[in-house]
Amino acid sequence: MFSAYRDRNLVRKTAERIAEAANGEPLRIMHVCGTHEWAITHNGLRELLPENVQVVAGPGCPVCVTPGGEIDALCLLAQERGVVITTFGDVLRVPGRKGSLAEAKASGADVRVVYGISDAVRMARQETGREFVHFAIGFETTAPTTAVEVIKGPPGNFSVFTSHKLIPPAMEHLLKSGARIDGFICPGHVSTIIGADAYRGLASRYAKPMAVAGFEPLDIMLAILNIALQRKRGVAEVYNEYARAVRGPGNKVALLAMEKAFQVSDADWRGIGTIRGSGLVLRGECSKYDAAARYGIAAVGGGSMPEGCSCGDVLLGTLRPEECPLFGRGCTPERPVGPCMVSIEGTCAIAFKYSDLRIRSRRP
Amino acid sequence: MCLAVPGKVTRIDGERAEVDIGGIRREASLELVSDQGVKIGDYVLIHTGYAITKLDEAEAEEILKAWKDVARAELEG
Ligand code: SF4
Repeated sequence: MFSAYRDRNLVRKTAERIAEAANGEPLRIMHVCGTHEWAITHNGLRELLPENVQVVAGPGCPVCVTPGGEIDALCLLAQERGVVITTFGDVLRVPGRKGSLAEAKASGADVRVVYGISDAVRMARQETGREFVHFAIGFETTAPTTAVEVIKGPPGNFSVFTSHKLIPPAMEHLLKSGARIDGFICPGHVSTIIGADAYRGLASRYAKPMAVAGFEPLDIMLAILNIALQRKRGVAEVYNEYARAVRGPGNKVALLAMEKAFQVSDADWRGIGTIRGSGLVLRGECSKYDAAARYGIAAVGGGSMPEGCSCGDVLLGTLRPEECPLFGRGCTPERPVGPCMVSIEGTCAIAFKYSDLRIRSRRP
Repeated sequence: MCLAVPGKVTRIDGERAEVDIGGIRREASLELVSDQGVKIGDYVLIHTGYAITKLDEAEAEEILKAWKDVARAELEG
């Protein structure tokens, strides 16, 4: 359908225009989405950009920023209380402080991978003799799916451990901390829910040009060009390049469901720390499905990265995976040290996959 | 995790739909797009089993056309 967005010619032309617009001055753009990182690396877009234009990955992988302490708590729940844990596939191998859910599963705990939360609710409905806890990870793209299920009223043997996180507060945290960022590529799928308008306040308060982008090569290049042009004109607006999927006010049904099910809280981002107002906890009627309250799982913390791992710096965009001493040596997707090497959206896993391909394709 | 893929709606049954994702048929919930008037033949973005937005083909072509013109003008100019 949208194949023209892969037109190499147009992509190259856009790269030329980016070079003109950036005019040799350093331009450091951050994106905060694992799928953007994948698209940029997969399509070799960094190689097309002029040297002065840099695109760095921020904390855009929800699995990577899930505190190790939460993983530990859920492992314990499965192992000691016989609760069935359901979650998304790439969460399983993320190391906590004492192991991963995959290890818990291997040692006999009932940990199940689901495609979405509705599968977990269905299982709970079928197996009434078991207790189910869904480990709900994800940004604003995923949080509404949790919201609709808890609003509908799942069975009594089902509850949710919410680890949902919000992107704009994380962007603000980075801007406040003085990170060197000249503009943002706003995450496409998160924006289908929160809308392009959600970033306007940030763009103007911090005077940073922003562009919501889709995931085809041309989408991302056009967003970069727009940011470069905004800077050249001295403005800081939010351009919606992904208008085919994102409307200004976002998805009202999803936002209403989130408002009904959740209240905003502070949240721990692994490798970054606590970010105010960046988390969601169940509220009102829905709080009866809160697994943390039901099983007395206290604030677990554990926001640090495994020993020797530089994922914290990778998440902040200050270190490229290749610069980590463990990259490809002690740390590979088969034997990951840090969460950024585990998730398919982790910056290290993406970098490894493609550096590996490049090396292999060079072999005779 | 935040992955979302476009699918074409092939059947609608209340709040459930069947979508074609690159030749593979899957079930998806339409609960989050209940106000977007999704019809058979429309494209939607699907994330963890839920359609999260309708894709607007006209909008896609419009932006693309505008940018093609810009690129062309730039080349000829
Ligand atoms: S290469 Fe491994 S150890 Fe290094 S930052 Fe990435 S995930 Fe962490």
